[in-house]
Amino acid sequence: MFVIFTRLADWLTYTLFSLPAGSKLADAVHFFIEDVTKIYALLLAMIYLIALARASLNVERVRDFLAGRARGVGYLLASGFGAITPFCSCSSIPVFLGFTSAGIPVGITMAFLMTSPLINEVAVLLLLSLLGWKFTLLYVVVGMGVGILAGLFLDAIKAERWLLSFAAQALAEARQRSGQPQASEPEVLTLQQRHQFAKDETIDIFSRVWKWVIIGVGLGAALHGFVPAGWLEDHLGNGQWWSVPAAVLLGIPLYSNATGVIPVMESLITKGLPVGTTLAFCMSTVAASFPEFILLKQVMQWRLLAILFALLLFAFTLVGWIFNAFTPFL
Amino acid sequence: MREIKVLGSGCTKCVKTAEIITTVANKLGVDAQIIKETSPQAIMSYGVMRTPAVVIDEKLVHSGSIPHEQQVVEWLQ
Repeated sequence: MFVIFTRLADWLTYTLFSLPAGSKLADAVHFFIEDVTKIYALLLAMIYLIALARASLNVERVRDFLAGRARGVGYLLASGFGAITPFCSCSSIPVFLGFTSAGIPVGITMAFLMTSPLINEVAVLLLLSLLGWKFTLLYVVVGMGVGILAGLFLDAIKAERWLLSFAAQALAEARQRSGQPQASEPEVLTLQQRHQFAKDETIDIFSRVWKWVIIGVGLGAALHGFVPAGWLEDHLGNGQWWSVPAAVLLGIPLYSNATGVIPVMESLITKGLPVGTTLAFCMSTVAASFPEFILLKQVMQWRLLAILFALLLFAFTLVGWIFNAFTPFL
Repeated sequence: MREIKVLGSGCTKCVKTAEIITTVANKLGVDAQIIKETSPQAIMSYGVMRTPAVVIDEKLVHSGSIPHEQQVVEWLQ
């Protein structure tokens, strides 16, 4: 099915640009064309289809569903919904406050918010097409696991102490209110409305991520064409313990979304970087970004922000170590 | 005069939403005051979780996307 993109890249690279086969430049160009065309085609088709299916799922419904749930199952559900519910990162603060003012514990809200950038349909799709289903499954399980455990931890240390006062007050008021929160009416959508939603969604997501694909695949192509095979393996291939925290620290100031980082992951892994180190690097690039942290300052005190930051650092390092330790046995 | 609030953190989508409303209001000759509301606390008070959202005369009419021009025409008429 994907062979058409290889053919297209063959034709453009060797015939149209007449680059000598086997040269580093030709390798990089070929990789770039093949991946960009493949990813664009997949994105357009799949975002539309997925949006069509989930047109009536939105954050309001998730909130109503999570409010009043038992805690234990709440974390799992929240991170599951984080993975499938679409929302723009510019809405994270209103979502945080909306959940909080419905009495949902901070940990459950954060499980939702942390899983959301890590796992989404675009990321899963790219992983499936570039790295295969095993790696995809691993990525999803680890992403949800980090969200769930971080949420549990935040509630265990009573993180709501460090919310800004208006947010803490909204949470306390919601807890005192008796009875069920008022649920919003689920919308019944016609096919026409679903199509409109899916079309808007496709245009919206594509116009946001297309440049990340270029950047990500461009970096991946450069790695692919110019870093000698085995170089990474020789230097970092044994999963030296320090390489994981180093990768996480390197990933934090780099900000990308999942779409940009996955093509880089593909190159890193095929060049021999251990899976754990790669995962740690990529997750920290996607989930921990300074702009988002600064946004969260509008609802929480510095102290909670610092805890959250340290928590993510620690979680991704642990993920890296565990996977590097277990890779030989897989 | 109608009071129209665009709720949102100030991202590009919110700016575009305000622009569309301004354009439509001018086209229809509707006297409207357009206010950009960026405070998280104020956004929370309208129960809005998806921005940009639009509030007309203190009533929430839209949430979660840049409205289509046709929708704006309907609100303002």
